[in-house]
Amino acid sequence: MLSASHRLHSDALSAGQNSVVYGKCNNPHGHGHNYVIQVLVGGPVDSETGMVINMLDLDQSVQKEVLARFDHTNLNLDPLFVNRVPTTENLCRAVYELLDGKLTPANLVQVRIEETENNFFEYSGESR
Amino acid sequence: MIFLTRRATFSASHYYWNEAWTAEKNEQIFGRCSRRSGHGHNYTLEVTVAGEPDPVTGFVVDLKWLKAAIEDHVLAAYDHRHLNLEVPEFAASKMIPTTENIAIASWKRLETVVNSAGGARLTAVRIYETPEIFAEYRGEL
Repeated sequence: MLSASHRLHSDALSAGQNSVVYGKCNNPHGHGHNYVIQVLVGGPVDSETGMVINMLDLDQSVQKEVLARFDHTNLNLDPLFVNRVPTTENLCRAVYELLDGKLTPANLVQVRIEETENNFFEYSGESR
Repeated sequence: MIFLTRRATFSASHYYWNEAWTAEKNEQIFGRCSRRSGHGHNYTLEVTVAGEPDPVTGFVVDLKWLKAAIEDHVLAAYDHRHLNLEVPEFAASKMIPTTENIAIASWKRLETVVNSAGGARLTAVRIYETPEIFAEYRGEL
């Protein structure tokens, strides 16, 4: 889980349009969420360890690549969101791209992010 | 492609009864669910849509809009209703409001609304009857 603030605002839109599109998410001072991130990996079960990936290694990679970067931050200030609105759609894709290729020996299959208990987002790469 | 899911809840009553069967057979197949005085559930509905985030807004679909669409097209008809008696798709045809059929009926209520709005297409409707049981419909694949 990571806790972060964001403000949904697009420079391509006027102040009035931003207000209409994003509603209270456009509040100039931002607001925050406890994002719940699920990382799904796939791969063969190793014959010696019985594991697809050591969960400690998986935890450590997610901690290093994602939580260290985003937890208790303002997402709008991250370089990844300078020109991209930090909607959870875009955060989901960003987290996937940060983790992709870094979870060996497993392969990243899907990133799912719950923004609130009532909505969540899933991304499985461009091919899916 | 991002898959986005919005969750909503509604409470409704129903019973399971096939009019083509005898009372004994209904009781044998449906058990306690066949009691004609009905019973109720707190249903959880999950609606999944898929699309690319809009380059300007970053949204696949505006969640406020999706929430309103679910409320207007599904919850307004189902919430605090008796599904067998008050919801047209079940009342008119005597279709049994199993969780499977509620998933299909919810899909039909949302498919055109979501797909004609532009930007996203409906990919799944999941209905939890209890926390332990759910049915999911993804259209006719």
